Amino acid sequence: MRLLGKQEIEDISVGAALLGTGGGGDPYIGKLMALQAIEEFGPIKLISVDEVQDDALVVPSGMMGAPTVMVEKTPNGEEAIGAFKSLEKYLGKEIFATMPIEAGGINSLLPLALAARLGLPVVDVDGMGRAFPELQMVTFYLDGISATPMVIADEKGNTSLLNTIDNHWAERIARNATIQKGGSVMMAIYPMTGKNLKDSGIRDILQLEEEIGRSIRVAKNNNHDPIEKVLELTGGYELFNGKVMDIDRKTETGFARGAARIEGLAEYQNETMELKFQNEHLLAVKDGKVACVTPDLIAVLDAETGLPITTEGLRYGARCVVIGIPCHPKWRTAKGIETCGPGYFGYDVEYTPLEQLVAEAKGVL
Amino acid sequence: MTIYRIGIDVGGTNTDAVLLDDNYNVISETKSPTTEDVSVGIYRAMREVIERSGVSRNDVKYAMLGTTHCTNAIVERKRLNNVAVVRIGAPATLAVKPLIGVPDDLREVLGKHVYIVRGGHEFDGRQLVELDEAHLYEIANAVKGKVDSIAITSVFSPVSDKHEKRAAEIFHEVLGEKTALSLSSEIGSVGLLERENATILNASVVNVAKSTADGFVNALKEEGIYAKVFFGQNDGTLMSVEYAKRYPILTIACGPTNSLRGASFLTGKTDALVVDVGGTTTDIGVLINSFPRESSLAVEIGGARTNFRMPDLVSIGLGGGTIIRLKDDGEFTVGPDSVGYKLPEKALVFGGDTLTTTDVVVALGIAEIGDKEKVAHLDQEVLEKIYAKIVESVEVAIDKMKTSAEPVPVILVGGGSILLPDKLEGASSVLKPENFGVANAIGSAIAQVSGQIERVFSLDELGREKTLELAKNIAKEEAVNAGADPDDITIVDLEDVPLAYLPGNATRIRVKAAGSLVRKVEEGVTEIS
Repeated sequence: MRLLGKQEIEDISVGAALLGTGGGGDPYIGKLMALQAIEEFGPIKLISVDEVQDDALVVPSGMMGAPTVMVEKTPNGEEAIGAFKSLEKYLGKEIFATMPIEAGGINSLLPLALAARLGLPVVDVDGMGRAFPELQMVTFYLDGISATPMVIADEKGNTSLLNTIDNHWAERIARNATIQKGGSVMMAIYPMTGKNLKDSGIRDILQLEEEIGRSIRVAKNNNHDPIEKVLELTGGYELFNGKVMDIDRKTETGFARGAARIEGLAEYQNETMELKFQNEHLLAVKDGKVACVTPDLIAVLDAETGLPITTEGLRYGARCVVIGIPCHPKWRTAKGIETCGPGYFGYDVEYTPLEQLVAEAKGVL
Repeated sequence: MTIYRIGIDVGGTNTDAVLLDDNYNVISETKSPTTEDVSVGIYRAMREVIERSGVSRNDVKYAMLGTTHCTNAIVERKRLNNVAVVRIGAPATLAVKPLIGVPDDLREVLGKHVYIVRGGHEFDGRQLVELDEAHLYEIANAVKGKVDSIAITSVFSPVSDKHEKRAAEIFHEVLGEKTALSLSSEIGSVGLLERENATILNASVVNVAKSTADGFVNALKEEGIYAKVFFGQNDGTLMSVEYAKRYPILTIACGPTNSLRGASFLTGKTDALVVDVGGTTTDIGVLINSFPRESSLAVEIGGARTNFRMPDLVSIGLGGGTIIRLKDDGEFTVGPDSVGYKLPEKALVFGGDTLTTTDVVVALGIAEIGDKEKVAHLDQEVLEKIYAKIVESVEVAIDKMKTSAEPVPVILVGGGSILLPDKLEGASSVLKPENFGVANAIGSAIAQVSGQIERVFSLDELGREKTLELAKNIAKEEAVNAGADPDDITIVDLEDVPLAYLPGNATRIRVKAAGSLVRKVEEGVTEIS
């Protein structure tokens, strides 16, 4: 167990933006909520998966709804507590700890704010190792853990407990209730045991986020190359270095889909990379050849500062470095690729592991 | 009778003034160092520009001031109002209290009286909960005599401002008309914390704006000038003294904006990139339809994230006074520090002891100022390398401001623009207009008055066409309130963005209307607050 203070939160939010791979929602509000919670209730207890008893009840928490609503009607902090209380009552068991459902964007930080308020520990684990847009895109789903019973709660004190036959129904019913509750709610979802966590979760992910954030901050203060260290921490590869030349965006069925074209600088002169995104970056193609594809991670970093650039933040003239990071092995199983591989997102591309693509590009294979 | 107008722009280094006639011809211009008490520099520039012109003071009927008073007050955390911060949004919003992300020193000054009240709205205009009026009365009585300015922000007030308006009534009732009220719905757009910060900052500089305005009006009177007074705002248009006292935050960044407008006027270009090179920094902005492009991202003011409209600018640490350091191994550094307003004494060509960018261009024969002999000893090869680096840094910044790879016209203005060549990468043409050195003061003098609205509408009620028409009319009305001639108003900007994930066709609509000033000027009346 160790304690997280304000600096750790700042660092985690940078790492969360990076693992958000361009999407996942702006961690800013989540960061402020966590900072305020620390100010009011003291530092946050972070524990490793091994510190959780096999039969302990752990419940991930996060937000659901429209980001535009969340930045205007910010949470009051009690919503998630209401959701936890309601779930405890239903399950007849006390919740031992909380955790993030995804490691990218705003949902990395909301459980930290909740934990500070409740005095509960946060388990250093998540269900993605990155950010994805849909409820079933978690390793827990791959391992047959149900999203329900789940509770969604609003700031007025309304809580709705859902028991659904599958995760698609959960998504549909919860989305409707969310609109009624004003467009943005907090949820307690995928309740599970310590045993489930040990089998299914992706470990030490907050620590990784913190180290990423810290390395970028320290590199900046010491005039070092921030990206080199990020690659070392994540086992990632530099895929490209260039300047954004063109962005094509459209909103389709609630998702910001689009593509960006980057032209190479320095050793990538005369080469082009195309990025395809749907909230998150999902496909990187260099000179017509796939360089990285979901579920592996594609992050775009500011060439100067090393700070992650969101898909909304991409604009013409931005100097950036594109990196690829291997996803957790669970995503590379048949069910993993079926759940969030290129085919699911509508890209007509075969999944090939990043390491293999990199080796092929170098002519090793 | 010819009617004349004075335009004044206070910059970090220089205070510029111009006198224009009816047809916007420049009759006289002056540039003098900005003084520590900026008002002194303003009066000096004003006096000088009139004396040089020989124009009768009676014929000066308009005076426009672009000023950094409010920006400086916020950055220096000085002369700020005693502010009460009132957020209407409980039971929501409690997890992120007002000013939580703002630097500690600013939070200390502005966060002494912070309240969160029950009320506010949902995204679709439904009431979140009923407004807690009793609590508002309680707060009004508690802050009586302790604060002189109140910042009121309610959840989703860009959709419905009812609770903010009601709160304003209550504060007026209890505290009287003297306490300044800033309502967030009149200042920023969706994004509670950023809008709230902007509103708090606005509330904090009301007194600074008042004393600046009153000082300017009085200085004009002392000079025997009876003119209608306007302030430059950061969208490139003017506001009346009354308006400036209510929305002083809108004066922030009016300097670069004035340069953009001046550059457009001087070249006749409506769409171009404008590079304004000063003594310390170079600001680059984009003209679209003769007006500056607005930033779509949150902008930090004094370390606080805000979302009120600001021109989209990049600023690089390069100007006429930027210091060049030569190392023994032939390497060098350019800036980012500058001798600033001390250029006339510090630069080598003026007999000083510091190598600056100005010395480099003189030594290379690109510009002729000062004494060329004093830089004759410098190694030409190194100078050329330095110059290439200077130009490249501007070219990279230009590239970052463009929206596509297409070359665009580039207009160079500002005293330091002698630094730059006639050809720049990414520019289809490079224009250096006459009077380039005082483009900002000209921009301030020629500005039109405008009105703007930015609000979330539900298109389900009236339909898109009628809703847009309604929004346009509100913007026009705002322009007339600000002093525009009702017969000469045009819509200069219109944007509607549907909000993702939300039903009811919720759409954010932004409209700006601008028009020339009402020509009627009552003889012998200077506007007094």
